[in-house]
Amino acid sequence: MDKIQKHLLEEIADLHEVPQGAYSLRINGSLYGKNDSENISIVKKEDKPGIDIYIRPGTKNESVHIPVLLSQTGLKELVYNDFHVGEDCDVTIVAGCGIHNSGSAESEHSGIHAFYLAKGAKLKYVEKHYGEGDGSGKNLMNPTTIVVMEENSYMEMETAQIKGVDSTKRATTATLADGATLIVREKIMTHGEQFAETDFTVDLNGENCGAHVVSRSVAKDNSRQTFLSRVRGNNKCSGHTECDAIIMDDAQVTALPQIEANHVDASLIHEAAIGKIAGEQLIKLMTLGLTEKEAEEQIVNGFLK
Amino acid sequence: MLELKNLSYQTSEGKEILRNVSLKIDDRFVAITGPNGSGKSTLAKLIAGIYTPTSGQILLDGEDITDLSITERANHGISFAFQQPVRFKGITVKDLISIASGKKISISEACQYLSEVGLCAKDYINREVDASLSGGELKRIEIAMINARGTKISVFDEPEAGIDLWSFNNLIQVFKSMYERTRGTILIISHQERILDIADKIVVIAGGEVAAYGAKNEILPELLGAQAGCRFTAKEARA
Repeated sequence: MDKIQKHLLEEIADLHEVPQGAYSLRINGSLYGKNDSENISIVKKEDKPGIDIYIRPGTKNESVHIPVLLSQTGLKELVYNDFHVGEDCDVTIVAGCGIHNSGSAESEHSGIHAFYLAKGAKLKYVEKHYGEGDGSGKNLMNPTTIVVMEENSYMEMETAQIKGVDSTKRATTATLADGATLIVREKIMTHGEQFAETDFTVDLNGENCGAHVVSRSVAKDNSRQTFLSRVRGNNKCSGHTECDAIIMDDAQVTALPQIEANHVDASLIHEAAIGKIAGEQLIKLMTLGLTEKEAEEQIVNGFLK
Repeated sequence: MLELKNLSYQTSEGKEILRNVSLKIDDRFVAITGPNGSGKSTLAKLIAGIYTPTSGQILLDGEDITDLSITERANHGISFAFQQPVRFKGITVKDLISIASGKKISISEACQYLSEVGLCAKDYINREVDASLSGGELKRIEIAMINARGTKISVFDEPEAGIDLWSFNNLIQVFKSMYERTRGTILIISHQERILDIADKIVVIAGGEVAAYGAKNEILPELLGAQAGCRFTAKEARA
């Protein structure tokens, strides 16, 4: 790994070196290294780019890192990663993509991640997207996430895109069986001429299953954001979707939360709020000695923390 | 010393809120009181730089600060506690106290400021200053921030508003100990007799003007007298 790649790895995974335990590290379109642990095996796909990750039933307190780094300008790739989380597991998966584009050609990483959670499995999935580089070439990321949850499984998904991604379209679909719980927390900041679209579809099929989809975003400069979220209650279930956005400068934000009840005992809520930073928040921080610009940064950083 | 010279303020619609207010504040603890709508909060906001006076001057230790921004005044040693504290999403109590003190502070330092306002520090230090906190809790955190700043002038806009009776007793203690511990000037807008009672001097504002200004011993008995409401009319004060 060179200096740029190490920096990307730090940005997306807080890692300084190849991680301990199970991991798969992909750099510039090919597998750089991988490691299995006793309970987690990573198998390279034969028919297409990507990996299958098998987590043995009952595995507890283990983590898997699967970072992707792109530092070669103009590289475009589509990767399929499938995660098979066994019954009664309690594990963390840390994914993320960092692009450094110093050339003039577009760099693009599109990952299709599918999660299969067996009965009673518990998963925390963390994904961070980051772009940088002084070239004119754009950094594109288009992640697709498919979540299939069996009875009483639990998944927390945290995604963050804070800097440097010029265009992103994120599509997430989830289906939940009886007693399953899905929590999604998304954080996005766009600036310059960036565009970000997120699209969630959650089918609450099982009895007593539930989902929270929460998005917080900040749109600066001329950037544009679209938030779409469909939560369908097809059984006795609870669903909640929330979008909270700060708009600044000449940005545009569209929020389209949609809830659909197909069962009399489905309880669904949606909330969406878009607004600029409240003047009184700026004034308060200025009376503490911050300049207006510093106050703005504090508020935005806090909001996305 | 804080000096206000012929300070007037009109709203953008032309409504006169304050007229020709002149005050020299050189005591340690000065309370400003007066009827609702008399212009007290406006006066506090003029001192903090949130509003700009239509005419007149504000001097701090002889320096004209009338044209300084909110930030510049804060850095010149003026602190302002809001009547209705502001809520923030994602910013914690510790973040705000750190910003107020102007440096990165340790957990134990932050806890010290919270304990002084009667909050059990460990329960609050990592809480977000958002809708999950009650009005009374926010008011105390607001006061803790002012303590953390430790500036020359601390202006409090009705610190008792929204505080329940039980907390109010503690609040009096907080101001008493602030008075004993600190060296700065405390300027407090209040309707509460018990707060007025711990002040050195009292300013009465009525109808946008200074109706009376003097030692607590002179002003307070008059305010509490049978005709208190009418005693300090602007007209009489001018006479």
